[in-house]
Amino acid sequence: MFRHSSSRTRQVKAAAALGCVFMATACFPAVPVDPEGTLDTVRSGTLRAGVSPASDFVEIRDGVPQGAEPALIEDFAQHAGAEIQWTIGGEEQLVKQVEAGQLDLVAGGITSKTPWSEKAGVTRPYTTAIDAKGKERKIVLLVPPGENAFLSELEYFLDQTQEMP
Amino acid sequence: MVGNSQAMRTAWIEDMLSVLPQLAFLASLQFTRRARRRSHPYGYHRSMGAGHLVAGVALLVVGAMLAYESVSALVKLEHPTIGTMNLFGHTVWQGWIMMAVMALIAAPAVVLGRLKIKIAQPLHNKLLYADSKMAKADWQTNAASIVGVAGIGVGLWWLDSTAALVIAAGILKDGWDSTKSATSDLLDRRSKGVDGTDPHPLIPAMEEQLHALDWVRTAGLRVRELGQVQHTEAFIVPESDTVTLAQSEEARKVLEGTDWKAYDVVVTIVPELPEFLKQG
Repeated sequence: MFRHSSSRTRQVKAAAALGCVFMATACFPAVPVDPEGTLDTVRSGTLRAGVSPASDFVEIRDGVPQGAEPALIEDFAQHAGAEIQWTIGGEEQLVKQVEAGQLDLVAGGITSKTPWSEKAGVTRPYTTAIDAKGKERKIVLLVPPGENAFLSELEYFLDQTQEMP
Repeated sequence: MVGNSQAMRTAWIEDMLSVLPQLAFLASLQFTRRARRRSHPYGYHRSMGAGHLVAGVALLVVGAMLAYESVSALVKLEHPTIGTMNLFGHTVWQGWIMMAVMALIAAPAVVLGRLKIKIAQPLHNKLLYADSKMAKADWQTNAASIVGVAGIGVGLWWLDSTAALVIAAGILKDGWDSTKSATSDLLDRRSKGVDGTDPHPLIPAMEEQLHALDWVRTAGLRVRELGQVQHTEAFIVPESDTVTLAQSEEARKVLEGTDWKAYDVVVTIVPELPEFLKQG
């Protein structure tokens, strides 16, 4: 493709492209925008979080979500200045709700290989876990599909606070 | 990297597909070079037409599939999700990177396309011509995908699938044009120029050469395309009843000398032009 350019001009081009990317990020902080305005509604009050019991990640004690992922969601809610409204349920039910925009966030030890990526937005993996077969799995969170501002904000928060494999 | 953007995905597939005519060209080239023999008395020039047809049909099929995907994404109101990347410690929206990459790779495609169109004309190679036209349109594909991703960026989720549909329509059109022209060549249509001039400018030029011979009352040519070359049959009505071997050979030499594309020239002496050659 680049038959006519030397490796040096290629490097210059790549650097210029990278520069443009950073410039664009700085100049248009409002991009991306949520088509359904999820980030705005979360910031103005409530984070509707769905959790499904999963060992090591989500435990339900007396109807209250506990464990690593509920703790992470609480931190994020604090970062966004929102109160959490919990929904506890099975994964499929929660995915249906997040797909329909009735939930803003779903957690439950979901891995990056999840088949739900067809239905919902998936974050970058924020941690890893060893599954029953001894294989390393990357753990992700689900968000409403196409709510890119909310997804970006969540991933920014994860970048700042998590190990991010 | 291609992510969830339908436009990016379609543009990516379009980029992959653009090697199809090139592959068909290279594959057919192996055959066209073969010398003719008793079992293949016309030679192997037609392999270029076969390659052209295969490439055209492949483009049609893939274009139709991509168009279907875009339409179904629009109908199902699918909102494409594009997240961020960690770039040197900064959380950067992937859409920016996609747009930068698409802008970067648009330029060389345009340059290559122009170069190819330059050599396709004198070589009289329709396959190469179709390929160069596709390469020239590549920047439009990239521009459309940038528009699609930008649409996602500003919250217009439908702009992505719409851009994808535009790209798919472009692939469909390329496929349709190639299939149509390859099929009509295989059906022995009167030959046309690479750019579609009908009849091929060589035909009137050769007829004029024949009319210039003093023993020729009138003449008509039946010319069909065998890949890059023109299989030429001349029907000549002579002034007198006697035509010598030398005269008929002279006519053949004149035709062959007109252009390298005149291939396998056959001269037939007839009392009257065939009906189909009398029409315009």
